[in-house]
Amino acid sequence: MALNRNIAYIDLTTGEVRTEPIPLEWRRKYIGGRGLDAYLLYTHCPPQADPLGPENVLLISAGLLVGTMASASARTHIMAKSPLTGILGSANMGGFFAPELRWAGFDHLVIRGQAERPVYLYIHNGEIEIRSAEKLWGSGVYDTQDLIRRELDDPEAQVLCIGQAGENLVRFANVMTGRKNAGGRTGMGAVMGAKRLKAVACRGTRSIAIRFPEEALEYNKQIIDQVVSTKVSQIMQRWGTGFIFGVTNTTGLVRCRNFQYNQLPNSEDIECENLDKVSIGLDGCFGCQVHCRHRYIIPEGPYAGTYAQGPEYTSQGAFGAEVGCRSLNTVLVGNHLVNDYGMDTLEVGSMMAWAMELFEKGILTEKDTAGLRLAWGDDEAVIELVRRIAFRRDIGDILAEGPLGAARRIGPQSLPYLIHVKGMSNLHSDERPTPALALNIAVSSRGADHLRGRPAIDLYNLPLPVLERVYRNPDGYTGPLTNSYSEYEGKPRMVQWQELVYMAVDSLGVCKYHTVFLSPNHPQFKEFARLIYLNTGLEFSEREIWDAAERCYTIERLFNLREGMTRRDDWLPDRYFDEPTRLGLPVARGKCIDREKFRAMLDEYYRLHGWDENGVPTPETLERLGIAALKPAA
Amino acid sequence: MGKKILITDPERCTGCRLCEIVCSVKHDGVSNPALARIHVVKWDNEGFYLPMRCQQCREAPCLAVCPKGAIRRDEALDCVRIDDERCIGCKLCVQACPFGAMGWDAERGRVFKCDLCEGDPQCVRFCDMKAVDYVEADRLSCVRMRQAGEQYSALMRRYGRG
Repeated sequence: MALNRNIAYIDLTTGEVRTEPIPLEWRRKYIGGRGLDAYLLYTHCPPQADPLGPENVLLISAGLLVGTMASASARTHIMAKSPLTGILGSANMGGFFAPELRWAGFDHLVIRGQAERPVYLYIHNGEIEIRSAEKLWGSGVYDTQDLIRRELDDPEAQVLCIGQAGENLVRFANVMTGRKNAGGRTGMGAVMGAKRLKAVACRGTRSIAIRFPEEALEYNKQIIDQVVSTKVSQIMQRWGTGFIFGVTNTTGLVRCRNFQYNQLPNSEDIECENLDKVSIGLDGCFGCQVHCRHRYIIPEGPYAGTYAQGPEYTSQGAFGAEVGCRSLNTVLVGNHLVNDYGMDTLEVGSMMAWAMELFEKGILTEKDTAGLRLAWGDDEAVIELVRRIAFRRDIGDILAEGPLGAARRIGPQSLPYLIHVKGMSNLHSDERPTPALALNIAVSSRGADHLRGRPAIDLYNLPLPVLERVYRNPDGYTGPLTNSYSEYEGKPRMVQWQELVYMAVDSLGVCKYHTVFLSPNHPQFKEFARLIYLNTGLEFSEREIWDAAERCYTIERLFNLREGMTRRDDWLPDRYFDEPTRLGLPVARGKCIDREKFRAMLDEYYRLHGWDENGVPTPETLERLGIAALKPAA
Repeated sequence: MGKKILITDPERCTGCRLCEIVCSVKHDGVSNPALARIHVVKWDNEGFYLPMRCQQCREAPCLAVCPKGAIRRDEALDCVRIDDERCIGCKLCVQACPFGAMGWDAERGRVFKCDLCEGDPQCVRFCDMKAVDYVEADRLSCVRMRQAGEQYSALMRRYGRG
């Protein structure tokens, strides 16, 4: 059954591999995937560990429902202490790796140590082999997967790997599987690179027994119908996530030229409708009927004819609005390169945009960039900069250090232009007109990030009864809720609720597009409880899933506090408060965040989580969640 | 109503492999592509996906090679079926199938293949893209003809009469 998968402890220094069952008690408390990873990181990673040292613990996992009938149960989760931020590192990706890991017999890998020479892991029906990756070192993400499949003589093997960026310890290097599934954020690829772990390959033919197969089949059909009946899913099925760019750009919620404007005018070429010209069809992750990304062929230039996947709306921002480019081809090439080199597209876009603003202000000059002119909208310079970051050449070597590392090298005069929280760059969205979304990025447990707790449906101005149906459950919240996205009141609840629903899906291994992210009508706690029961036989009430999510989110908080984070880090860059937006619809123009109201939101957010005014979980909260005695493992 | 056949369309397939899982859950109560009667073969370097399954051959090699007469045609469903009672597990049919559509379940020691879910194929039911479809055979070519003729007809309508 789905509950008999194992956890493997792998030491790359000694080559020792130990396999153990996952205690049922852990399932009840931490569910699996990201939730259980948080517990394992807190207990296995020594305090103040060097993120790039052998003592850092790399966790790779498949959530509780991965590979089952639960729709889009495709997600792999990766966790470690982050070399980008020095706090929690966490990344999540789709594709086919996680289900294959489960068919091979494992749910969680706990990897520590550091190999002397490059290695990769081959996991096959309960066996774990450490193999040489000498011949793979230096290869990009596409080639690495190909070479491993050839070496194993198995075209069906699923491979998770790093590209050159991870090898070069770019602090925002990601972990990839397939053409574009990216465990993108917080530099998990650099952790793999430091451990000289090039890849993990797996292949399995072990059945995952479904507890109530007939009912699970019918219920899953119902869930799929529920998901694809919403307008937002139907748009995504047709256009991919690229449609979000058009919607938010029209409103004025897109960062342009780093943070100078909140809209990219004349953006027609990079809008999703244009992708049709280069798309050869859409692509689905395991078991997903939303299939939100394109398969495309680059039409022109030096990379013409290359097959890649995407681009997501984040790449439209990274290689479009943020750097002031308006060329679809640049977006397609940039997206392909970051995926093949293995770097976080969001971080790359932000770092480039920041460097360009510094160049515009004269803080960086051609002397710093080995002659490369970092001019807004210069397509060639943008693509060249991507290469330099991946291979750490001149200015690229500085930017590869991530926001705070690079700012330290360039100097304090560069700091005011940096759009980051806790040392991680924000995606290309501009949250000045949307206090709820601004709060989300300020408090997210992995630094500026929309996938930790963004109440995206706040942008729809939904009728209050709809918001009440979503946000009052399952713990009976009775505080305020407001449905205009310009307001501050009631927003902390939305953020807290979203944080917990995302923690739950990340622990189940289900995609966020199949929960309340872009639609209020998508599955959430009630449906999760039924899916868990029919697939695994485990009985969770809605409230118990909520409690487990709260427990795991609080552990992430405890980890961050242990590594030195304070209330001051739950804050936005000054520009959010001081520079009003210049463009967009009236509802988005002339807006900035009000410091006092924001502070009040933060207080309220802490209170909802049961944390004190400094953001530290109170003893009562820890007691209630059953984690008062949580200590590092011996 | 005419007899139906299962068809697949690589142009529509997004490669999600949901068909494989609903197949193994329906037949064996487990998630396991190794037990699925349908498999999405992928050429990942080109993004080309082709769902492969039993073709329900008229001159079925599996049926012809079976020494015990354990494989027979179900004319009503237009389907090649296994009689588990008669099967001796020799696996000749697995080797004989030119499409790899006959599977061997090592755990239970028996062969398995697509039975069209008794006329309600679950792979079809779950495929939102209709990359796997179950259609009346005598209408199939007519549908294809219309699709293939669309471009030509558009040109003819525009220029043909001039």
